[in-house]
Amino acid sequence: MSHVVSPLRHVLIEGNKSYHNITEDLCSPTEKAPTREWYIAFLLSTAFFGLYIFTIVWTVWKGIGVWGANRTINWAWDITNFVWWIGIGHAGTLISAILLLFRQRWRTGVNRAAEAMTIFAVVCAGQFPIFHMGRVWLAFFIFPFPNTRGPLWANFNSPLLWDVFAISTYFSVSLLFWYTGLVPDLATVRDRATGFRKKMYEYASFGWTGSAKHWQRWESLSLILAGLSTPLVLSVHTIVSFDFATSVIPGWHTTIFPPYFVAGAIFSGFAMVLTLMLITRKVLKLEEYITLNHIESMNKVIVLTGTIVGVAYLTELFIAWYSGYIYEQFAFYNRVFGVYWWSYFGMMFCNVVSPQLFWSRKIRRSIWWTFFLSIVVNIGMWFERFVIIATTLARDYLPSSWSYYSPTWVEIGIFTGTMGLFFFLYLIFTRVAPVVAVAEVKSILKVAGSQYIGPNAKHGHGHDHHDSKSVPTHRTEEEA
Amino acid sequence: MAAASTSTKVFYGLYNDEEDLKDAVRSAKAQHLEIMDVYTPFPVHGLDPIVGLQESRLHYLGFIYGATGALFGFLSMSWIFTRDWPTMFGGKPFWAVPSFIPITFEMTVLFAAWGMTLTFYTICGLWPGVKAKVLDNRITDDKFCVAFDVTGSSESDLDKLQGFFKSTHASEVSTKTI
Repeated sequence: MSHVVSPLRHVLIEGNKSYHNITEDLCSPTEKAPTREWYIAFLLSTAFFGLYIFTIVWTVWKGIGVWGANRTINWAWDITNFVWWIGIGHAGTLISAILLLFRQRWRTGVNRAAEAMTIFAVVCAGQFPIFHMGRVWLAFFIFPFPNTRGPLWANFNSPLLWDVFAISTYFSVSLLFWYTGLVPDLATVRDRATGFRKKMYEYASFGWTGSAKHWQRWESLSLILAGLSTPLVLSVHTIVSFDFATSVIPGWHTTIFPPYFVAGAIFSGFAMVLTLMLITRKVLKLEEYITLNHIESMNKVIVLTGTIVGVAYLTELFIAWYSGYIYEQFAFYNRVFGVYWWSYFGMMFCNVVSPQLFWSRKIRRSIWWTFFLSIVVNIGMWFERFVIIATTLARDYLPSSWSYYSPTWVEIGIFTGTMGLFFFLYLIFTRVAPVVAVAEVKSILKVAGSQYIGPNAKHGHGHDHHDSKSVPTHRTEEEA
Repeated sequence: MAAASTSTKVFYGLYNDEEDLKDAVRSAKAQHLEIMDVYTPFPVHGLDPIVGLQESRLHYLGFIYGATGALFGFLSMSWIFTRDWPTMFGGKPFWAVPSFIPITFEMTVLFAAWGMTLTFYTICGLWPGVKAKVLDNRITDDKFCVAFDVTGSSESDLDKLQGFFKSTHASEVSTKTI
């Protein structure tokens, strides 16, 4: 046997799968007619997507005065939602890049869908700053290009411009990484398809054949893209946190923001991956590929990052007190006990207290607990961004300009609408491409399949199947 | 597509397991048979040295692309803010190097990733609209294929290959012109 695997390793592919079974199981959802559940989910998300289009058109037509944001709280739901969506995207890159570098085999079950989630989440995130610009038809001014306005360039010292570069680089690199990983699997779908579908997949799979040299380059490319994406993903949320940290607003001007934002991003992203995967594995019947071991591994990441976030919250409070600076102290007193106290306690409960339940193995391996807590964590992470943005601005320098913010129906419509957009894209993705990386799952079969490791492994497996099939059958086929 | 000069007559065998494939490639090398290509449904580890593939040099290019991006980003910002249109922001120097770092980094990643990916598709000849030269539809499913170019080969060469496939336990052998 060429593969030596520790008996302590988890089984990652259950049900005695052969390579052909894997192809069959993972490609068949793209070949069958959608189920009734899919249609219902699709109609619902299309309805919300419609709401998104309506509220955005309303915003552009009337101006951003239709939002609840005001002169004191000029960043409100929009930037909260932007940071929230970007954070969600980070888990996809973490799973596909960082876990690849760490050689974590369980990533193969979830990486494809998580990467897709990254791309769709970044699409949703991008909507908010773009439409917050107000005159969206001038949005291209953010790009530095020779122009007739001077030439007046963008401000390269501004974290907001760094964000433009970070987010657009992140989006395009994630797209390349995702699609390059998808090409061999699209070729598998192509070789099973007929007629128009075959033509479509022929185009999408770029003429992939599975040649050894191509695989070698493909692996080399994947590894380097992973190496590039790892610092990239850390830089993206670091730069997002610079939007706040480089300002001089008490409560924002803190050096803890970059690591705290990155940990929070991974935390919320894993929660979203879990929410999506728990539904996907059930609806597409992928329980043998996205196993309880996968869910448990992700829950461990949740408890780790949730605890990091909790430590960051407490550190922030401690440093504010320890600084001896009354304005800093007020900013944090206000954050906890001010007008938005409910969002602070909501955040503390959802992000710090609730994930601690995952110390229990039983809860970590329970589908229902995981599903419930993944949603709680996402709500908590939304609160965190709201706490940082709205409570800080609501009580800034001049008491005469202190204010309160609550969203209008337009903002609520845009936010729920981006969820519609997200699920709209995700549901289409589940129909056109295998949601689990077919080739990558095959490559770990012999080290993670239930017939090779774990309690049900059949020992002594090797080359014993030679004898029966040693006579080649000759068939000739000439094609021009 | 089917220009006479580009069509190749291929004699190939399919194996059911990657270990069988590796054994077959080893034995082909031992018999000095010239393999045209090996096709697998997933990246088979340990296959490259047996086939005799050299390590991919894609990562050297990645470094060059990344360095280009870094220089391009940093030098553009430097030129814009010191030569083309110096602008004062909050009393900072015109050439504010620390605040150029984030964009320089992003440009490094952007150039390296796009450069390498486009190079990968170009050198592999993979592009939308390219028709895959598929020998067997099951190669992207569960079959492992060793292919020989037999354009203009003699009957004795074919017999030799037939013997090779038989001795290495190929589950099927076939000929196809691609």
